[in-house]
Order: sequence, then C-alpha cells, then structure tokens
Amino acid sequence: MAIVINGTDHPIPNDPRMSLLDLLRERVGLTGTKLGCNQGACGACTVLLDGERVLSCLTLAVQASGRQVRTIEGLAGEGLAGEGLAGEEGPLHPLQQAFIDHDGFQCGYCTPGQICSALGMLEELRRGEPSHVTADLSAGRTALTREELRERMSGNLCRCGGHNGIVDAILEYAEKGGAA
Amino acid sequence: MIPFSYSLAANEQDALARGANGTARYLAGGTNLVDLMRQDIERADALVDISRLPATIEETAGGGLVVGAAVRNAALAADPRVRARYPMLSRALLAAASAQIRNMATVGGNILQRTRCSYFYDVAGSRCNKRSPGAGCDAIGGFTRYHAILGASDRCAATHPSDMCVALVALDAIVHLEGATGRRSMPLADLHVLPGDTPHIETSLRPGELITGIEIPSCPAAANSTYRKVRDRSSYAFALVSVAAALKVADGKISDVRIALGGVAPKPWRAKRAEAALRGSAPGDDAFRVAADAELADAAPLEGNGFKVSLARNTIVAVLGGLAGEAA
Ligand SMILES: Cc1cc2nc3c(=O)[nH]c(=O)nc-3n(C[C@H](O)[C@H](O)[C@H](O)COP(=O)(O)OP(=O)(O)OC[C@H]3O[C@@H](n4cnc5c(N)ncnc54)[C@H](O)[C@@H]3O)c2cc1C
Ligand code: FES
Ligand code: FES
Repeated sequence: MAIVINGTDHPIPNDPRMSLLDLLRERVGLTGTKLGCNQGACGACTVLLDGERVLSCLTLAVQASGRQVRTIEGLAGEGLAGEGLAGEEGPLHPLQQAFIDHDGFQCGYCTPGQICSALGMLEELRRGEPSHVTADLSAGRTALTREELRERMSGNLCRCGGHNGIVDAILEYAEKGGAA
Repeated sequence: MIPFSYSLAANEQDALARGANGTARYLAGGTNLVDLMRQDIERADALVDISRLPATIEETAGGGLVVGAAVRNAALAADPRVRARYPMLSRALLAAASAQIRNMATVGGNILQRTRCSYFYDVAGSRCNKRSPGAGCDAIGGFTRYHAILGASDRCAATHPSDMCVALVALDAIVHLEGATGRRSMPLADLHVLPGDTPHIETSLRPGELITGIEIPSCPAAANSTYRKVRDRSSYAFALVSVAAALKVADGKISDVRIALGGVAPKPWRAKRAEAALRGSAPGDDAFRVAADAELADAAPLEGNGFKVSLARNTIVAVLGGLAGEAA
C-alpha cells in the first residue's frame, strides 16, 4: 500500500518512527507544510488526511497508509489537472488569493497550516458540527461569525499576530460560497 | 525515539494477541503517545495500531449509548444523540485541545492520556516519581499553578488533563475492557487511581488490556447539563478548573444532580459530597455554595494554586445557577 499525496502514490517509509511531516518535507520534498513545535501545539504542520484536518507532526507516516493526503502544494491549480495545470503551476486556490488580498500573513510561516486548517474547518461547518462557542448544540447549522471562526481556528497559532487578516480572508472566501 | 516495529490490528482479537507481546503499546490517534515517545518519556518495542478498529456509537437497550474506543473525539462531540442527551459531554470534548487534535484523538486514548505536568515532561531537568518511581517530585515546592488541590499525595500532585473524562464520570460511564483473561467492565470512576505512594501507577488496567468501548447510561437529568472550563486563555489550553454538571428540579426540589471537576485532582473528580448535599433540597445560590464547600473541605492547596479552591467553588455555583435558571 502507498500514501497518496496530492494525487500521487508514495511508498511508506521503512522506519515507522518517521512522522507524516518528515515524510512530506524530507522525502517527498514538499516543504510547504511547516515544522513548528513538533508536539501538537501550533498547527503549522496541518494537512488534510482524507479531507479532515490533522497534525502531520503527531501522525506517523505509516498511519497514513492507503489514505489521501492533501498539502498546500495540492491546492493551486486544483481541478485543472486535466489541462496540464496541476499543483504549483496552476492559478492560486481562491483561499490562497484571499490571504494575499487581506494581508493574512506577515512572515508566512503559519500560512500553509492556516489554509489547510480553514478548508477542513469549512467542511466541518458544512456538516453542521458545533464548536465550543456554539450556543445551541441542537442547531443543525451554525453561522460562521467572527467568534465561531476564531474558536474553530484556535489550533493554528500565528506569531506575527496576523489574525485579523486571516479571519477576513477566510470569511470572504466562505461568503463567496467557497468549499473545501 | 527508540526503534520500534509497527503493525495494524485487523480486529480486537488481533490487537490483543499483538498487544500481549512484551513492551508492545497500543497506538490510537497518537496525539499523546507519539509526543511522549519522542520526548523519551514513553518507550515501546512494538506499536499496535488500533486506530482503524470499528468506531461505532450504538444505542443500548436501556436508552444509553455504547461508544467504540476508536471513535474520534470530534465525532463523539458532533453526534446528534450526544448533543441532545448529554450536552455536557459534547461541550467537554469541544473545550479540549484543537479541532485538528480532536479529529485524531480517540475515546480510548483520551481516557489513557498522561498528565501535562511540566516536571513530568522535563526529562533532562526535573525529578518525577511518575517517570522514575522513588526519584522524588520537583513539582511540589515548584511552580504549582496547574497542580491538584484534591486527592494528591506528597509524592505527586499532577492533574489528569482530560475534559471528556470529567463529563463521563459525572454520567456514571462504564469502561469495557478486554484482556488475556477475557472481558470485564468497571465504572470509569474506578479506572484511574490516586497517586498515594505509587504515582507511576495511574490506572487499574492490566498489562495488555484493551479498552474496547465506553457505555454511557441513560441519564434524563443530563438533558439539562453543561461543561464550563476555566483556563489561562479562552481556547486551546488545559483547564485550571472545570465543572461538568447536570441538574433536574421537580416540584421545587433537586431530584437529580451530577457534578464532576477537572483540573483539580489526579483523576477526573466526581463531586459526590456536593451531590449528596444538594439532592432533595431547593435549588439556590446558598445551597450551591454550601454543597461546593462540602466538596472542597478537604482541599489541600500547594503554594501556587490556592486560588483553585475559590475558583472551583465559584465555578460550581455559577454552573449550577445557570442550570437551575428560573427554578433557583
Ligand atoms: C497541544 C495539545 C493540547 C491538548 N489539549 C487538551 C485539552 O485541552 N483537553 C484534553 O482533554 N486533552 C487535551 N489534549 C490531549 C488529547 O486529548 C489526547 O492526546 C488524546 O485524547 C489522546 O488520544 P489518542 O487517541 O491520540 O491517544 P494515543 O496518543 O494514541 O494513546 C494514548 C495512550 O492510550 C493508550 N490507548 C489508546 N487507546 C487505547 C485502547 N483502546 N485501549 C488501551 N490503551 C489505549 C495508548 O497506548 C497510549 O498509552 C491535548 C493534546 C495536545 C497535543
Ligand atoms: S508542528 Fe505540528 S502542531 Fe506544531
Ligand atoms: S504570518 Fe508569521 S506566524 Fe503567521
């Protein structure tokens, strides 16, 4: 079995100690996903595993066997693979563009994790999942207020304090009907 | 991390066979075990991956739920039955960690997660009776803002960090176990043990034993329940104090009440004394305060966490007041 990373099969490493993060960065050469704390506390390493946002630093690569991993490199030019514009060569994903338009970053280190996390978050919201700040747990749908967004994105730290731009970017993308 | 072998358990029997083997460990979401192995606090020769075992949430004949050990924290929090019948459980889960971690973390792993005591984590610089039995404890006499005020010993004052378990002990949850000698069940409240002279012994689990699931009995009072977590920042932080509570009032009297505390003890702390003080009495702030004081009468704060006594009292009173609403 292989790990499918942005649509391409990759072999499972022989050493089970290798994290999914190290596999991405050191073996596959996808350095968009960032190493921050390496202990689950910052969110810089967030990727989508079968569509769910997870921390690649605490996931052993071998645990992703047979599953789909999506990283920041897999977002640009999405859906254009048939036209030869897949991956980094294609136009930016609309959420990437929204981060640029709203100054959603300064140094950019947390950005790939923020963007992958936001895509997973919007999918959770679409499924009607509540958050810590959702007043009515029985509601099938929750509106994406700033408060909801901040709570749902609290697993992604930004040391540059770019949060207002990050929130604006995600809100704009969501309001335009953006989906994961 | 020392080298280890990895295998994916095909089913529970397969997991048990592999888990019985020497220093094998079960790997679920990995959010605690991988971190602790990387820090060299936990060691294993073999990891048995149980994260892909069936993860179902099923109804019991008595109107409760049986939750598979591999169910993710996020899935349990979002389950419509949990949200409607046991809101305090959904709220406890949603107050924990981050969305990414809740997507990975399982029910079994959450129960067996280890303390976040920073002296426990400081392998190079601190003594810890959990890591090295008999070595001594550098937390006691050190920075104790996050440590226990109830149930600790002079060997260890580390707290159990789980939010989920606080709601589950209030709900009288049962843990289902399977091991070499067969199946057994016990109240979750009996699984974790107090440190006493042996803080390295944290549960009554037998070697190689697998948590297969938890059972949450029917609890009509829990439809009116909540979880309040007080922490140093409003999200993505462990509890200073947390309160899970359910309250049912009939004819002006408390007919059922459940209270459990987090962040204050080495295990999820069921507040039996407070419950006993309240059952049958009229709801109101004075009654809530007397009950909270009864629970906290034995509190033995350390130098840095005396604030937790009044914080716990005030949080209990506020949570019960909110649940009583007009009835108080
Ligand atoms: C940054 C950070 C913040 C966090 N914040 C919070 C918080 O605010 N509140 C909170 O409650 N938690 C918090 N957590 C802890 C988190 O909830 C736990 O790490 C998680 O629940 C563990 O589940 P897991 O499936 O990943 O367990 P694993 O890491 O896979 O396993 C943990 C332990 O359980 C054992 N195990 C797992 N499943 C079974 C089973 N079925 N039978 C027998 N043994 C088993 C493993 O062998 C291991 O010893 C936080 C974690 C991190 C990294
Ligand atoms: S690097 Fe994974 S959470 Fe910080
Ligand atoms: S932009 Fe620098 S850490 Fe977020």
